[in-house]
Amino acid sequence: MSTILKATNIVKYFYEPEKFQVLKGISFDANKGEFLSIIGKSGCGKSTLLYILSTMDTDYEGTLEINGQKTTGQGQNQLAHFRNEHMGFVFQFHYLLPEFTALQNVMMPALKLAKYSPDEIEHRAIEKLRLVGMDEYAMKHASKLSGGQQQRVAIARALINDPTVIMGDEPTGNLDKANSQKVFEIFKQLATENQQTIITVTHDPDFANGSDRIIEMEDGHIIGTHFPNGEHS
Amino acid sequence: MNWKLAFTIATTHLLSKKKQTIIAMLGVTFGISMFIIMISFMTGVNQFLEDMAMDNTPHIRIYKPIELREEKIIAEGQPQTDKNWYVLEHQRPKNELSKIKNGLIMGQRIEEMPEVLGVAPEVSSQVFFNNGPVQIPGTISGIDIPSEEKLFSLDKKMDEGSLEELQKGSDVIVIGKGLAKKMNAKVGDRVSVTTPSGNNLNVRVVGIFSFGIAAWDETKSYATLATVQKIMGVDPSYITDLNMKLKDKEGAVEFKKKLQQMYPDAYMEDWETANASILAGTKIRNIMTGVVCITLLVVAGFGIYNIMNMNIINKMKDIAILKATGFEGNDITAIFLLQSLMIGIAGGIAGLAIGWFFSYLLSRTPFPAGEFFRISTFPVNFKLFHYMSGLFFGFLTTLFAGYFPSKRAAKVDPVLIIRG
Ligand SMILES: Nc1ncnc2c1ncn2[C@@H]1O[C@H](COP(=O)(O)OP(=O)(O)OP(=O)(O)O)[C@@H](O)[C@H]1O
Ligand SMILES: [Mg+2]
Repeated sequence: MSTILKATNIVKYFYEPEKFQVLKGISFDANKGEFLSIIGKSGCGKSTLLYILSTMDTDYEGTLEINGQKTTGQGQNQLAHFRNEHMGFVFQFHYLLPEFTALQNVMMPALKLAKYSPDEIEHRAIEKLRLVGMDEYAMKHASKLSGGQQQRVAIARALINDPTVIMGDEPTGNLDKANSQKVFEIFKQLATENQQTIITVTHDPDFANGSDRIIEMEDGHIIGTHFPNGEHS
Repeated sequence: MNWKLAFTIATTHLLSKKKQTIIAMLGVTFGISMFIIMISFMTGVNQFLEDMAMDNTPHIRIYKPIELREEKIIAEGQPQTDKNWYVLEHQRPKNELSKIKNGLIMGQRIEEMPEVLGVAPEVSSQVFFNNGPVQIPGTISGIDIPSEEKLFSLDKKMDEGSLEELQKGSDVIVIGKGLAKKMNAKVGDRVSVTTPSGNNLNVRVVGIFSFGIAAWDETKSYATLATVQKIMGVDPSYITDLNMKLKDKEGAVEFKKKLQQMYPDAYMEDWETANASILAGTKIRNIMTGVVCITLLVVAGFGIYNIMNMNIINKMKDIAILKATGFEGNDITAIFLLQSLMIGIAGGIAGLAIGWFFSYLLSRTPFPAGEFFRISTFPVNFKLFHYMSGLFFGFLTTLFAGYFPSKRAAKVDPVLIIRG
């Protein structure tokens, strides 16, 4: 099983209001096709870690390697392109572009990547929306959708470029039981069938217990790793 | 960079905030329309004044000035002190004829030169006009009517009577409108003309003209060369001025130099020197127009700058999202710069239309010119060049005003925003 993401000794400080160490040396690997959950008490640094893993936050110590590339030390534009092609996100607070329709939101990263023609991109975007059960709302403006609906559109957007790694910061935070279950199944399927790596922060024990591996954090440290469904290879 | 995508995002942003977009546009629209109105009117005024003056001003005038001798007259006398010479400090101008030597022949020669459109010979003198007991000072110019018509369109300046009668009749003159008013002379009246040397002639007024320049209309009068030569009591070769028009008026200074080499003794004046005061006025109006236009554009630019800054603060979340999903700094700059430019171009075009409309209205508005100006409505120029430069400067202003906010947008740190 190949390693797709390798974090080595990640250290992060915040300087406001006073110098404060959030992450105190985080190291772990994620494999291709692995479904990984990060859990821990509120404020322990999960989101902070995820932003570093996502390559958006470049202000940290330690090294990060994704898909065989060292991303630590790369320029902003390079990283932007890298994210566009290899990473999909679902943020803790669902973030869509409010002026655009659900469909346009999903298409946006693909139009930027321009790997497919606009027609194909639209077709694929509708597919992804159907996957999260939002295809009927394709033409609705993002600002007119409910929180849970927005979150599902955001998931569809994260999938559009078939990224190597999909990251979610409480991607089911706003969803009811049935929809959470659905998103869980989508992630599971992407991991097993498409061999995409999933890293999610979650407070939902059922969600975490369904994943391949749980990383537990406390106060900026990793304090434990569990394999809820038994360790495989 | 994906311009098409940037363009789509930019237009969506603009259309979703129509009110804000329109307010931003109005700033540019106002600036550009004022620019168009100002520049059309100011250049219209310049052109009008220049045309009015140029119509009657020869490009080059050859004349004989009354002047002082350069060298002092030295009286050699008996040395009474240690000095053995005297200087006459307060010499008087010499009484010379103001005749140009061989004027008519010189005129003919010059007329044959390729740069020259035509030469009008003139014999002019200070005179007193009498209609009744009061003497009114003025000038009389003897002219060659066909060339004066051709070069200075004197025929178009006639309010009453015509130059034909001036040509046909003997002892007849045409006088300026102001002069006619002063003397209370009408067409058909007889007035008396007296030269400084005392010659006197009774002439009949056959026409009244007006140039639209009060100083001229109140003093000038015209008659044929022969009539004036007769009043002055001089021979038919006596010419005081040669007024010429060139094919290219801008070449006047050059051509004057050339002429001066051919006729080193003649005195010549080019139109730029003669019209120095009008040209200075033009310069001042141009500077004023420039200053006002720049101010307007700067104000419009600041408007756009503010609105774009506000726009970017409102759009922080969107910028963060776009960057998080893979848009580069340049893409973000392009999105906001395009918004700014679209505001600039749309506002600019609206400004051109409004500017044109008001210039047109102005050009149809009666001008309270009084009696003397030969003008009925406000002078307004319609030049494609002004409209092009209006659009160009509008574009430049918005480009400049949008650049810095857009650059700032590109620097937004997505983590800060997404963290909430
Ligand atoms: N911009 C910031 N400046 C200073 N401190 C911050 C900043 N953002 C977060 N923190 C602090 O860093 C710590 C970790 O925050 P983080 O958002 O990673 O927590 P979390 O584990 O995601 O919590 P939750 O489960 O509530 O989302 C917290 O104590 C928080 O107060
Ligand atoms: Mg969090």
